[in-house]
Amino acid sequence: MSKQPLRNRRWAALRGTIMKRLWCVLSLALLPLSAAWAQVDPDVLAAEAARVAVVERASRATLAIFANGGQGGGSGVVISPDGYALTNFHVTHEAGVAMKCGMADGRLYDAVIVGLDPTGDVALVKVLGRDDFPAAEMADSDLVQVGDWCFAIGNPFLLATDFHPTVSYGVISGVHRYQYPAGTILEYSDCLQADAAINPGNSGGPMFDAQGRLIGINGRGSFEKRGRVNVGVGYAISINQIKNFLGHLKSGRLVDHATLGARMRSDEDRRVIVDDILEESDAFRRGLRYGDELLSFAGRTVGTVNAFKNVLGIYPKGWRVPLSFQRKGERVDVLVRLRGVHREGELAELVEAGQKIDPENPPKPKPGQPPTPEPDRKPSPRHHAKPPPMPEIVKQYFVEKPGYVNYYFNALNRDRVWKALVARGDFAAWQGAWTIAGDTPMGEAFKLEFSDQQASIKLPGGELKITLEGELSGRLEPPGSGGLLVALAMWRRFLVLGPEKFGEVSYWGTEPLEGHDKLLDVLVAAHGDIECRFLFDPADGQLAAMEMISEEDSDPCELVFSEFKEVEGRILPGRIEARHGDDFSMTFQCKEFNFAPAAEKQE
Amino acid sequence: MIHTSPASRRTRPRRGRAFAALALVVAALGGSLVPQVMAVDSPTQAIEANQPKMVKIYGAGGVRGLESYQSGFLVSEQGHILTAWSYVLDTDYITAVLSDGRKFEAKLLNADPRLELAVLKIEAEDLAFFDLAASVPADSGSRVWAYSNLFGVAAGDEPASVQHGIIAVKTRLDARRGTFETPYHGPVYVLDAMTNNPGAAGGALTNQNGELLGMLGKELRNAQNNIWLNYAIPIDELRGSVQQILEGKFRPTEEQAQVKPQDAFDLAQLGLVLVPDVLELTPPYVEEVRDASAAETAGIRPDDLVVFVGDHLVHSCKGLREELAHIERDGKLRIVLLRGQELVEVEVNGQAQGEATQP
Repeated sequence: MSKQPLRNRRWAALRGTIMKRLWCVLSLALLPLSAAWAQVDPDVLAAEAARVAVVERASRATLAIFANGGQGGGSGVVISPDGYALTNFHVTHEAGVAMKCGMADGRLYDAVIVGLDPTGDVALVKVLGRDDFPAAEMADSDLVQVGDWCFAIGNPFLLATDFHPTVSYGVISGVHRYQYPAGTILEYSDCLQADAAINPGNSGGPMFDAQGRLIGINGRGSFEKRGRVNVGVGYAISINQIKNFLGHLKSGRLVDHATLGARMRSDEDRRVIVDDILEESDAFRRGLRYGDELLSFAGRTVGTVNAFKNVLGIYPKGWRVPLSFQRKGERVDVLVRLRGVHREGELAELVEAGQKIDPENPPKPKPGQPPTPEPDRKPSPRHHAKPPPMPEIVKQYFVEKPGYVNYYFNALNRDRVWKALVARGDFAAWQGAWTIAGDTPMGEAFKLEFSDQQASIKLPGGELKITLEGELSGRLEPPGSGGLLVALAMWRRFLVLGPEKFGEVSYWGTEPLEGHDKLLDVLVAAHGDIECRFLFDPADGQLAAMEMISEEDSDPCELVFSEFKEVEGRILPGRIEARHGDDFSMTFQCKEFNFAPAAEKQE
Repeated sequence: MIHTSPASRRTRPRRGRAFAALALVVAALGGSLVPQVMAVDSPTQAIEANQPKMVKIYGAGGVRGLESYQSGFLVSEQGHILTAWSYVLDTDYITAVLSDGRKFEAKLLNADPRLELAVLKIEAEDLAFFDLAASVPADSGSRVWAYSNLFGVAAGDEPASVQHGIIAVKTRLDARRGTFETPYHGPVYVLDAMTNNPGAAGGALTNQNGELLGMLGKELRNAQNNIWLNYAIPIDELRGSVQQILEGKFRPTEEQAQVKPQDAFDLAQLGLVLVPDVLELTPPYVEEVRDASAAETAGIRPDDLVVFVGDHLVHSCKGLREELAHIERDGKLRIVLLRGQELVEVEVNGQAQGEATQP
């Protein structure tokens, strides 16, 4: 103990000398620095300050995701103040239901899985505990050009133990890139290529433009003989693709990608030609045949097979997109509904099997194709690690149900859509027969009448009536309509009973509809042997359209509702357009509505 | 910010200029990086203007570790393409795909293995091209753009990949001899960006204004420390050779002289045995050198690859036989060999009679 003070004194003296010398060196160094700084153009300094601010703001929305008790992980980005955040499927695949997310504020948050898109390698999670999370603004990634500055933020090599993310900047090297599937699930189509360093751990993290707007989600790099580090070629899933899937991801489901049901090839003259087509596909029903030349798809000209796959890859199963083709010099424009890539349940099996995306046993790439998705974990494997218990807060946001990733969010959105509709008038009291009268655009008077038991239509030419008991798929009257009367009856049934009592009703996601700028919320409702899809306009909560499907791989009977008006405190359509395939269409101008209360039950 | 360090390191030894160097660093930090974030328009326009000049090249390869594709760029309106000389071109079927997706069969006009360059020709006209005469030099610290089809990412009409970087230093590659094994030992731009990836060889390097600076070299790994070098060969080094090829002074290999001399060179007389000629274009590797032959006297060894006979490039056993058959055996003949990664020049004496061990 007695030696201690002496040692301290010596140290103090030594430290003094060191500090003096250091100070001399520092002041010598700082003098010219400050002088040089003063000479820098103020515009340059302002630009630098602006860039620092952009990076700082973007960093705040970035997540460091830790899965499996810190053994693996990646990055993510918050896209709304209530905590919805994007990352890669292959990052969350390690984690399961619950994960921990560190943010630049130094805090660690719990997060819960919401929905998965395994083919697109996207996962939606919800970060919990706040309703004022810093969120990134999503850009229009179709406006991104080669040579644009960009920066990636994330957690490469899982460095950020203090949760402060790493920033790497670069330029956009390519846009609309197509990357072949690694194995059978992960496919990067229409993606952005950048030379900003993307390393293992950057997976799921944001790619920003120079203004700090979100343009994509980093997820893949071209790695080869130089080991698993950045070689200046990284790929980001475009945010525009993710916007198409966002509604579906919020449904708490395993979301599937789309196929046209037709295969394309390039011919000698660099035209894209239909090489094979499924007769069950909507494209076939709309008239597309073997040998037809594809002109444009979803509004984009298609000059190569890759370009075709690029367009296809950004849409979810079930969407309708415009398609233009040419046969013998004649152009045909149609709207086609896209099929799912995977069979019912197949995607779940693949995800469950997991080996297709096992990063430790990556599938062999085709010659000349850049390989690998990237695993983002430390060497220790997941197999023996016991998952930690689910945190209490996560339990509140998770409901397990077969066929769902997290049923909690499906029920949440189903109820949200229904509440927005009934906020403008509740139909529950109108349990008796509905009568709607008016005329068609041709001036013919019509009368529609439907109840729980039967449905009828009366036109000047006669009357058609069906009963609604037992199997409905055999009663598709009037002929050629695809089941107009059943569809109208289901419309009434849905409005009167609501999603709880109608049958099995779930939230599907969002879809476009002709004449609407924004995507519509879709509820899928099963009753007996038929299925209905109800489309709601998010702007006013109104039921804008519905489809009644009596048989798989056949055209639905569609009803489009418009010219809404108030009837006895409820909002009802003044115009109903009915369609089936290309040949049946009928319009009803509704003038009189008559609703009986639940009279039958009192009898 | 690390981009400026090589430049500042160069100025540091001059102590008197330390302050100025520091000022330069600060100016470079602000000057070269910051305004680019704001001025996003000009680089994208320059890139758009250059994309039609880029060519995707497909040829031999496709086995593991040997990609069957590389990059190139047009250097004339009539379809001359400058690219890297590599095994990809060791085939009669070289395909060149232009940025608009048009696909052409390309002819190997000629190559200069010492500069690792080759010139291809496609039958097309009115093409956008880089004018080699208008290429410019660049200094260390310059911001550059690299265009290539690295990893074969782009196909058909998809544009080449573009990367950004800074010239870390302009130096001579032979300073690294023994570590980076390559026949080229001239000046290079060393880049701070990961440009020299599989398939990138033959790509273009430009400055910020889109002016051509150099051609991206092949992948080059330091055998000792496993470091990969990213570099481009300045156009100044390539221009003369390309010009000669374009002017036909490098005689195209397929245009053989019509008249064969009575007393020409041949392999047996030289004492050379080549590998079995089993392919369309079997590379002319030496299998065996006869004892006491002219070839042995000249210093040719088994496993050497014959690259040049006189001034003429040969790239097959057939080509070598044909070439020798056109040269009169009355004097000395210069032969360039590739031994390992080194180019070796030897002279064989046509008068020498080394047929003692003729089998």
